Amino acid sequence: MKNGRRVVITGLGVLAPNGIGVDRFWDGLVNGRSATGTVTAFKTDGMNSTVDAEIKDFDPTQWLSVKDVRRTDRFVHLAVAAAMMAVQNAGLDMNAEDPNRVGVLIGSGIGGIQTICVEHARMIEQGPRRISPFLIPMLIINMASGQVSIMLNAKGPNFSIATACATASHSIGEATGLIAGGEADVMVAGGSEAALNALGFGGFCAMKALSTRNDAPEKASRPFDLGRDGFVMGEGAGIVILEEYGHAKKRGAPMQAEIVGYGATADAYHMTAPSPCGEGGARCMLTALQSAGMNPEDIGYINAHGTSTPLNDKLETEAIKAVFGERAYTVPVSSTKSMVGHLLGAAGAVEIIAGVKTIQTGVIHPTINYETPDPECDLDYVPNTAREAKVDTVLSNSLGFGGHNATLIIKRV
Amino acid sequence: MAVEDKVRDIIVKLLGVNPEEITSDAKFQEDLGADSLDAAQLAMEFEQEFNIDIPEEDANQLTTVSQAVEYLTKRTAG
Repeated sequence: MKNGRRVVITGLGVLAPNGIGVDRFWDGLVNGRSATGTVTAFKTDGMNSTVDAEIKDFDPTQWLSVKDVRRTDRFVHLAVAAAMMAVQNAGLDMNAEDPNRVGVLIGSGIGGIQTICVEHARMIEQGPRRISPFLIPMLIINMASGQVSIMLNAKGPNFSIATACATASHSIGEATGLIAGGEADVMVAGGSEAALNALGFGGFCAMKALSTRNDAPEKASRPFDLGRDGFVMGEGAGIVILEEYGHAKKRGAPMQAEIVGYGATADAYHMTAPSPCGEGGARCMLTALQSAGMNPEDIGYINAHGTSTPLNDKLETEAIKAVFGERAYTVPVSSTKSMVGHLLGAAGAVEIIAGVKTIQTGVIHPTINYETPDPECDLDYVPNTAREAKVDTVLSNSLGFGGHNATLIIKRV
Repeated sequence: MAVEDKVRDIIVKLLGVNPEEITSDAKFQEDLGADSLDAAQLAMEFEQEFNIDIPEEDANQLTTVSQAVEYLTKRTAG
């Protein structure tokens, strides 16, 4: 960032439908493997979509005591696991840190909706005296940040952001600002989501937001393809360890990328529809470029929001064109959601992690299920097959219901 | 199942402790790691398991395993 102290990413932690841990996640992405399938977590009778992207082999007791597993919602389990992976990946030893200088900023789009459903049913069936004393601490979105701070003894800035599908990008951007501004030296930042239950999924069904390609669930998420018909709801968590450059250097931390740009804007237009021509998203990308002191020509790859909804992909394409001009047609753009579905409040974090891996490995992951070009989506979406390319700078977009936009720019250190 | 066995099962389930740790004079909060929320849930589970209502002033007195077993035995007798 032009203003303030330099901030680098030193640790990555991810749990995604295509794998637990960064290596499996990235391997799935570069090999173009779809992780979407038919819903198994709950009954979909009467719902128009039966496709989701679930994490099926996660054992929270690997990361939390049996007692804490019982006292926390699945979105906190996922957040804790991703945070511990990221801490380990960064080689961060909390015993060697000043706890007051380490903060946590983990958000969630929806929070503990499964807990709400279970306890609501109990209240209806058995009366209010049977509501669990853990209902409130389990459902509140900020408990991911709270639980991680307890486990790490991180006593610095601690709160949560909830901006729907832009949550994790805002969390990482704002955490970067806290370090840049001197309020912390280390931040554990990202997002977590576990809303795959009948109510959460049914709510998106009611909006007609989800793909109904139920007979070919692995092909349901097809961003920028003419046949796209909605997103595929996923679950997961992505956490990064952010550190002030000098702090990371002093302890010999692995500097995996630098956060050089962050933009946050509002559409101020509609609850769920993007503003015409993707104006809000375009302004967000411009703001991020300005904060980085960069031009569109400096960006080597765009990790799109790319949800696979008819409107998002068209308007995000327009927004990229508005900001990038002629460069829009030559910069590679791809969508992680084509393979892992839409992780809502965790999406921006797993996508910036994909961006870090792109810089590290020299491979751009593809947008899969791209079969029929849409005349209104005419950019280079890296269709179906990964591409080798030396990428030094990645721009990542996240756009949330409510008209919340967030753009992050990372750069090789 | 005897009252004591049921109580022990609930404690194991809620507090995640090993059955060997549950001695009869073990205190829920000091010895078995319960906090105030766990204590509230313990009372609720006792109510459910034994199909009784436990007034709050009674629940506040149940601080050890043996106190809970004695109280529940008395409440469910006859």
